[in-house]
Amino acid sequence: MNKLLKHIEQGHRLTRDEGLALFKGADLIALGRAADTVRKRLHPEGIVSFVVDRNINYTNICINQCRFCAFYRKESDPEAYLLSDRQIYKKIEETLAVGGTQILIQGGLHPALDIAFFERLFKGIKKRFPINIHGLSPAEVTHISKASGLSLRDTLSRLIASGLDSIPGGGAEILVDKVRGSVSPKKIGWEGWREVMLLAQEMGMPTTATMMFGSVETEEDIVEHMFRLREMQDIHRGFTAFIPWSYQPGNTELGGKTATGVEYLRVLAFSRVFLDNFPNVQASWVTQGASLAQVALRFGANDFGSTMLEENVVAAAGVKNLMDMEDIVFLIKDAGFTPAQRDTKYTILKTF
Amino acid sequence: MDFKELSRRLIGGGRLTDKEAVELFNTQDILELGEIANRISEKKSKKLIYFIKNMHINPGNICINRCKFCAFSRSEGEEGAYAYSIDEMVARARSVKGKVSEFHIVGGLNPKMDTGFYGELFTAIKQAVPGVNIKALTAVEIDYLSKCSGTPIKKILEVLRDAGLDSMPGGGAEIFRGAVRDKLCPEKIPGRRWLQIMESAHNIGIKTTATMLFGHVESYSDRVDHLRRLRALQDKTGGFLAFIPLPFHPKNTRVRGARPISGLDILKTIAISRLYLDNFDHIKAYWIMTGEKLAQICLLYGADDLDGTVIEEKITHAAGAESKEAMSVDEITGMIRKAGKVPVERDTFYKHLKVWK
Repeated sequence: MNKLLKHIEQGHRLTRDEGLALFKGADLIALGRAADTVRKRLHPEGIVSFVVDRNINYTNICINQCRFCAFYRKESDPEAYLLSDRQIYKKIEETLAVGGTQILIQGGLHPALDIAFFERLFKGIKKRFPINIHGLSPAEVTHISKASGLSLRDTLSRLIASGLDSIPGGGAEILVDKVRGSVSPKKIGWEGWREVMLLAQEMGMPTTATMMFGSVETEEDIVEHMFRLREMQDIHRGFTAFIPWSYQPGNTELGGKTATGVEYLRVLAFSRVFLDNFPNVQASWVTQGASLAQVALRFGANDFGSTMLEENVVAAAGVKNLMDMEDIVFLIKDAGFTPAQRDTKYTILKTF
Repeated sequence: MDFKELSRRLIGGGRLTDKEAVELFNTQDILELGEIANRISEKKSKKLIYFIKNMHINPGNICINRCKFCAFSRSEGEEGAYAYSIDEMVARARSVKGKVSEFHIVGGLNPKMDTGFYGELFTAIKQAVPGVNIKALTAVEIDYLSKCSGTPIKKILEVLRDAGLDSMPGGGAEIFRGAVRDKLCPEKIPGRRWLQIMESAHNIGIKTTATMLFGHVESYSDRVDHLRRLRALQDKTGGFLAFIPLPFHPKNTRVRGARPISGLDILKTIAISRLYLDNFDHIKAYWIMTGEKLAQICLLYGADDLDGTVIEEKITHAAGAESKEAMSVDEITGMIRKAGKVPVERDTFYKHLKVWK
């Protein structure tokens, strides 16, 4: 173990087996120290960034109906919805009013929404507002291409031409099909996720990568997930950040328990050490709470995610953490870092 | 700070100085700090982490003190004010017979609840649910009972002890220093008085805990002053069972300029308490106030107690705590094991009731 930790200190890349040995064997504080060393090397200036944005979930109707999800509804459900343009515009106005630079547009896989819907929506937004559209995870892009009878490449280029700026890394869950078969059997497989991301990155789009852990996966699966992301990242360097969060079991078909704080910090710290080609690692206050997310800044994270003026998906699982920008700035300063507002591409806009 | 040297000295039985404690509060070397605190904690408690099955009973929220930081209290006649009868509380206690080993009873300063009332309550509970320990009445409440009746503290404590009071919770300590109390809780008894009452209790065989409410308007030096006074009294009486640092919950209170709860500050405070209070056997991470996830991290930062499964907690939840209202034994033991430690169910006096090997 000491040899591995020394390895990391010297900046060597860990093999898959070394990664697994470290993840399984190192105690949390040792892992945290290794992650903090890597974080300092990559971000010696001591800045912790965040973005001011809002999640807009255009619909909760979804044909995938993943077992870990508390957000989706069937089309016939009285709680099913599809937002109107007017509702979406109003949310964007509110976001801009508080200094927001980005909206995260994601939704369920609605059977009736094809490329024409998104072209109209994105063009309408871009015509009216100076805002970054961070939207449509790989599962949605794949669904739109199928619903429209288009290739993935044509789908992406038409979405980009309409105003899509970047792609969020949602729906990665665990990039191992055995796990996906159990928690999200109808969702695209890991290679489908990879295909969309690599294509988008090749076309010049920034993207992020996520991981939802704490459902049914093993430690081997977690390391495999990160190994696959690292291999992908070597191709285009198109991922801006890695964002791990834990499965939120409330109101889901899958049920069970959520990961504990120690498990979260272990995954986070390990990711910072293993994903040597990812520039940023995000703490997730929405799923972990503000105080644990703050602690994560000393276990490898250098980004506090977003102010998230609105969040619906985690909230559907009964977890409601709320913070405003002042709170985020306070917690970052209190941890000994300089808070900075960034944009989607991690360009610093303002420091506090 | 030379952590290696510090670690060597503390493990060898040396004491943390006030100056060092303030310096540690100012450090961002949270990983080094955690490592030392964990080492000291494991030296004292091995890898054992304690919890208790207990029920909170809050007899009433009517309180003449109305501290600024409190979201629980009400004035008499105000909407939401309540006061349970003895029968109601005994019925509550009876409903958890066989499921808990301790009743934790604290409430507001209500003129209608006098020493006679509490004596009767304790006797009735002991009769209804024998064998369960009663941990009740903070120093602030004891002081009030004494003032209302003009009876000396020692006498009040003896009457209550004989009626069934087994130990006292350490609430009401807040921060001892006067300048802080003036801002935070001007109506509450001074720190000096709190310490005197605890000393009297220890002297007649009532063990207590001690708390510190932090993260409001106090400075690091105020915190260290607080720890210093506790360490000195513990040297004298040995009557404190555990120390419990409590992070301040700002919602629904009237304290100005309160900030969001800092997770790192909680970890630091737990760790520094473990290092400074070398004569305290146990440091408790009260999960109701820290949240479950962070409480588990505290177990690697010097805490060896998670409090309990806590049935019916009202005071912190009134201030917007987002933790759950109760945790099951499975949840608590699972969380302890996932931190690499050994769960032990204890009673009020840290007697082992069950060890999960």
